[in-house]
Amino acid sequence: MGSTITQKILSSHCAREEVIPGEFIMARVDFLLANDITAPVAIEEFEKAGADKVFASDRIALVLDHFTPAKDIKSAEQARFVREFARKRKIKYFFKEGKGIEHALIPEEGLALPGEVIIGADSHTCTYGALGAFATGVGSTDAAFAMMKGEIWLKVPETIKFVYSGKLRQWVSGKDLILFTIGNIGVNGANYCAMELSGEAIENLSQDSRFTMANMAIEAGAKSCIIEPDRITQDYLRNVPEIEGRSAVDYKSDSDAVYKNILRYNVGEIEPQVALPPSPGNVKPVSEVNSINIDQAVIGSCTNGRIEDLRIAAKVLEGKKAHEYVRLIIIPATEKVYHKALREGLIEIFISSGAIVSPPTCGPCIGGHMGVLGKGEKAVATTNRNFTGRMGHPESEIYLCNPAVAAASAIKGRISSPEGLESKV
Amino acid sequence: MSKLRGKVWKFGNNINTDDIIPAIYLVTTDEKELAKHCFEGLRPELLEKIKSGDIIMAGENFGCGSSREHAPKALKGLGVSCVAAKSFARIFYRNAINIGLPIVECPAICDETSEGDTVEIEFEKGIAKNLTRKREYRFVIYPEFLQEIISAGGLMKYGRSSENV
Repeated sequence: MGSTITQKILSSHCAREEVIPGEFIMARVDFLLANDITAPVAIEEFEKAGADKVFASDRIALVLDHFTPAKDIKSAEQARFVREFARKRKIKYFFKEGKGIEHALIPEEGLALPGEVIIGADSHTCTYGALGAFATGVGSTDAAFAMMKGEIWLKVPETIKFVYSGKLRQWVSGKDLILFTIGNIGVNGANYCAMELSGEAIENLSQDSRFTMANMAIEAGAKSCIIEPDRITQDYLRNVPEIEGRSAVDYKSDSDAVYKNILRYNVGEIEPQVALPPSPGNVKPVSEVNSINIDQAVIGSCTNGRIEDLRIAAKVLEGKKAHEYVRLIIIPATEKVYHKALREGLIEIFISSGAIVSPPTCGPCIGGHMGVLGKGEKAVATTNRNFTGRMGHPESEIYLCNPAVAAASAIKGRISSPEGLESKV
Repeated sequence: MSKLRGKVWKFGNNINTDDIIPAIYLVTTDEKELAKHCFEGLRPELLEKIKSGDIIMAGENFGCGSSREHAPKALKGLGVSCVAAKSFARIFYRNAINIGLPIVECPAICDETSEGDTVEIEFEKGIAKNLTRKREYRFVIYPEFLQEIISAGGLMKYGRSSENV
């Protein structure tokens, strides 16, 4: 009986020939991360346990990205607490405010590689599966334990395989495929499972769109999401820094691997999708929801703040203005993305369209700052969650969509398809 | 935590960690501080009525969404003795195990219990009782590995006590 790519990675990290779904293992951790919200709890647990040192100071990242630059005094104190720990413990990958949103930043810095086990005290850590790593979100105490031991306890997940065939329509990207999938299987449709994405449409999908898809696997309850490394993965990795002591191992699922389920979709039938509040599983095609007026549009986050996302937004926004009553907030996910957008002239397009361009931060996605919603306000957002009150007031609403739909909606003042809005320049 | 008893507060399916503790309050690690905002948007009246030892009972996928350990911490700070649900989201599940918040997966009792009922849970025997309705239910006890973490007093103590892991 064959193994899935997920089983192979996990067995290689607990010195076993093979692992079986359902069994508990202690797996070696190649890299772990925490942020300004989850690290303080992890650090407290780490210190409380009397640990004398971290297992490896070059295998840990602490990223100040959630309430940063500090939204208030308490947030500033939390960031300071993390910074002091990073300094004291000589944590090699300490990323200060503005460097980037963790799940865009870590791969960009070469810190997530195929075949690795990566854990993060943040639910969207599953993003790195887009490079063929086993990556999963855990809690702060898990992160503290891993900081101490370099290990994580895991129940080996079953895998659900998703096969995407066909060619993407115009304005359809990874965001639409994953929203469509979550809409299809539900917000607990992949609970405790690994999602394995495959098929012609995935093989042809850009790395940025792959990150977007893997990022939202948690929204279907998945433990992890994985795409077998291929030519597109390798092209991406050629352009990131090489890290000493780290190396990629490309695994593939065996042809006789056992899956919990195999689901097939023809992407040619999928138009841009919108997830209506209050659930990422409440998904409809944009053509069915285009009469809803909006107050804000957010383009950014660990889901859709990468360069491809900004290029798409610019394509829609070029030479146009955001609606006079709509706040358009654009958040490049990392310093490098920001810089690239600047050099490509995208920031010029955004400012000319009346957008607010924010420094890299999670900010509005978690209702922190940089675009919090008031009572009764509605927003389109390229973020990942539209839970009640997630972006601000409990009576505000979030509609999740791709960057093209967000940009088009910002122009029209209502949820809108980007059809016909493409710049003619 | 071999046996505990408490009054039930009922919740529906897919209760997410933003419902349990909105992100805006994640500026502290203190359980009691977090508890002040527990379920604030979803059931603002609960905070005044809930008593130490009470039980939260929910439907499917309790604790979905963000990985924030502040969610089980807030419930602990509130004095919740146990969360019973039809199923749990995986990060919430492991966080609860790791920090010692008792949780029980028992769909049958969640279906047949109303808010305000008194429930008793015997963890080691895998028995849940609705004392108000005089009904008894079985649930699958924790796998051995998780029992070791629980009996050590949480993951960090387990890590310190067993150098063989």
